[in-house]
Amino acid sequence: MSESSTSKSMTHGEAGLTLVFSISALLCLFAAAKALDMAFAFHAALASAASLWAVFAIVNRYFDRPASLTPQEINGRPNYNLGPIKFSAAMSVIWGIAGFAVGLLIAAQLAWPALNFDLPWTSFGRLRPLHTSAVIFAFGGNVLIATSFYVVQKTCRTRLAGDLAPWFVVIGYNFFILIAGTGYLLGVTQSKEYAEPEWYADLWLTIVWVVYLLVFLVTIIKRKEPHIFVANWFYLAFIVTIAVLHLGNNPALPVSVFGSKSYIAWGGVQDAMFQWWYGHNAVGFFLTAGFLAIMYYFIPKRAERPVYSYRLSIIHFWAIIFLYIWAGPHHLHYTALPDWAQTLGMTFSIMLWMPSWGGMINGLMTLSGAWDKLRTDPVLRMLVVSVAFYGMATFEGPLMSIKVVNSLSHYTDWTIGHVHAGALGWVGFVSFGALYCLVPWLWDRKGLYSLKLVNWHFWIATIGIVLYISAMWVSGILQGLMWRAYTSLGFLEYSFIETVEAMHPFYIIRAAGGALFLIGSLIMAYNLWMTARVGEAEVQLRLALQPAE
Amino acid sequence: MSFWTRHQIFEKNSIVLIAGILVVIAIGGLVEIAPLFYLKSTIEKVDGVRPYTPLELAGRNVYVREGCYLCHSQMIRPLRDEVERYGHYSLAAESMYDHPFQWGSKRTGPDLARVGGKYSDEWHVTHLANPRAIAPQSVMPGYSFLSQTEVDEAGVAAHLRANRAVGVPYSEDQVANAVADLKAQADPDNAGVDAFTKRYPKAFARNFDSKPGAPTEMDALVAYLQMLGTLVDFKLYNEKANLR
Repeated sequence: MSESSTSKSMTHGEAGLTLVFSISALLCLFAAAKALDMAFAFHAALASAASLWAVFAIVNRYFDRPASLTPQEINGRPNYNLGPIKFSAAMSVIWGIAGFAVGLLIAAQLAWPALNFDLPWTSFGRLRPLHTSAVIFAFGGNVLIATSFYVVQKTCRTRLAGDLAPWFVVIGYNFFILIAGTGYLLGVTQSKEYAEPEWYADLWLTIVWVVYLLVFLVTIIKRKEPHIFVANWFYLAFIVTIAVLHLGNNPALPVSVFGSKSYIAWGGVQDAMFQWWYGHNAVGFFLTAGFLAIMYYFIPKRAERPVYSYRLSIIHFWAIIFLYIWAGPHHLHYTALPDWAQTLGMTFSIMLWMPSWGGMINGLMTLSGAWDKLRTDPVLRMLVVSVAFYGMATFEGPLMSIKVVNSLSHYTDWTIGHVHAGALGWVGFVSFGALYCLVPWLWDRKGLYSLKLVNWHFWIATIGIVLYISAMWVSGILQGLMWRAYTSLGFLEYSFIETVEAMHPFYIIRAAGGALFLIGSLIMAYNLWMTARVGEAEVQLRLALQPAE
Repeated sequence: MSFWTRHQIFEKNSIVLIAGILVVIAIGGLVEIAPLFYLKSTIEKVDGVRPYTPLELAGRNVYVREGCYLCHSQMIRPLRDEVERYGHYSLAAESMYDHPFQWGSKRTGPDLARVGGKYSDEWHVTHLANPRAIAPQSVMPGYSFLSQTEVDEAGVAAHLRANRAVGVPYSEDQVANAVADLKAQADPDNAGVDAFTKRYPKAFARNFDSKPGAPTEMDALVAYLQMLGTLVDFKLYNEKANLR
């Protein structure tokens, strides 16, 4: 950190982060040497190497940059910070393909168990969290970070807050994914669904998330617009609530600070309630509020129409964040959770149908006067169909939260089908639509490399989703009915293994649907890659406004 | 001033907006979670539930590590077919020492809440190593590698201490003898078996994988599976007194 004799000097951020990462490199190296288990040693070594790289990257950037800091505005126009967004957008595509591929593998394992290979790191139990985390947190999370950083700058007409902070968020978040994912393969898990990463990964995510909140919030605070645009409300609710959920669900005591294993602070029924308060609101705030923000920005942008109703968006916002939080206990119907909590969960889940459809209507009706574009613009079609899937999944959800329906559907593939109607149809399609919009904007292209390929992606993926969810409906309802079937003499009609056998054809159909969805995403990756690489450049004027990265 | 005009305070002030979000999302969680910690009716009053033995706890950690909970629930619902298929419906008291809980959310395989004592040790070892040797239609992965790894003896007391710190009532005696108890449970000829069964009522000391030598992860997992759902004696359980 030598100070040169010129007027150029390190900012507090650069100097501070260099110091922090230098210390962290040493501490992590020490932890790796003292580690009690191999996974912890591997992760500590990885963290040490990453810290060293960070020191190098910051110092290197310092030597390369001009003495004055990046200007906030150029010629009176905001100097938007697009570098971290490009990184996050690219990572989302890479993680998405990885996550879909692992999903296909574990779908195939359920049809053909020999594919588990009877090895620890290839068995279903370790790969399933890898699949869910890769698609939700790696793919979805990067889409959310990329779009939120883009939308907040554009709608506040100001440069993203912080100099190194946005880079810290995007790289730090992806490092968390790396630790979490490799951990699952090595058997590091606290077994809380969608919150499997162990204590040290959780601590790291907490730091990254607080910085994410600060970058987002400070950008809003220094906005040049009097109003905070509706998409930013949803992003803010997503970021704040995920922080609360993460802290509530994960307090744990490590067996040793040099080992990966910890025991969660909550036990039994309280742990179950905390888990599904978290679990359902990971759906509500990560997979819904965050992606509704995408809907509120990208659909009006792409359709070139204003949001249908401003008042509806106010009601939608407050109603959905208030009601969602209550819905968790519907994952615990008929369990040892007290009945009063189950009843509350069911009641609020049913009420949740209303704001969900209010939001859907607000998204769909934004197309008023622009419906013809669905014929010509496959990207807009993807966005709109995602909202339709959202409407379908948010009708199915309240239905399944009714106790009598749940007594049949719970523990079966119906739940898996429901989740994928939301995950593939809503989250997947709205993300693909946003990426198709975002990549040409970020790389200053006139448009996508090929709209025809978007069309292929749309249809292949849609057929994949239909195969997937209809197979899971049939298998789920079939299994639920077989479990409770009685003979005329009053005996249970089927042994458990007979119900497993009955699932086989549907597991094959499901895997086929997943394969189609994966193929669609590969087409998208090729299309986006070609857009960024060889697409026709947008007018030169905008290039001149690019910040010096 | 209309409602819509008043709402501008949220739209023009990010700190007010964030405060509003925090208040609105706090209500549901507080109402649903906080009472579970103080309402006495939340956990039934039963006899017999005890903390896991060191070997069972090691087995439970294998169960967690391999993600068994992703396909097997440990929560029998009070529905006619479930009670007939799996046994008495699960009580909250039966998992009160579980950190984390393992109720599960999916039954790709059957519920395991009362699998203890249903099958022999040999059945479990064979089935875990190659599930299709027992049920040809099974889609479960094989876990033969568990027989090749010994349970880490050095760290076992630390695991008990960590559990005690989060609320599991392990006694000083149980923590001090953790390693001895671990060995004794997997070896019926061990001199420490009597002291072990005194410390952990209803626990079995057997050579679960019927192989000589130090306890393996297979021993541990089978010991855990064989105790699941066996602690409460339902002939003595007072259902009326625990109605909620």
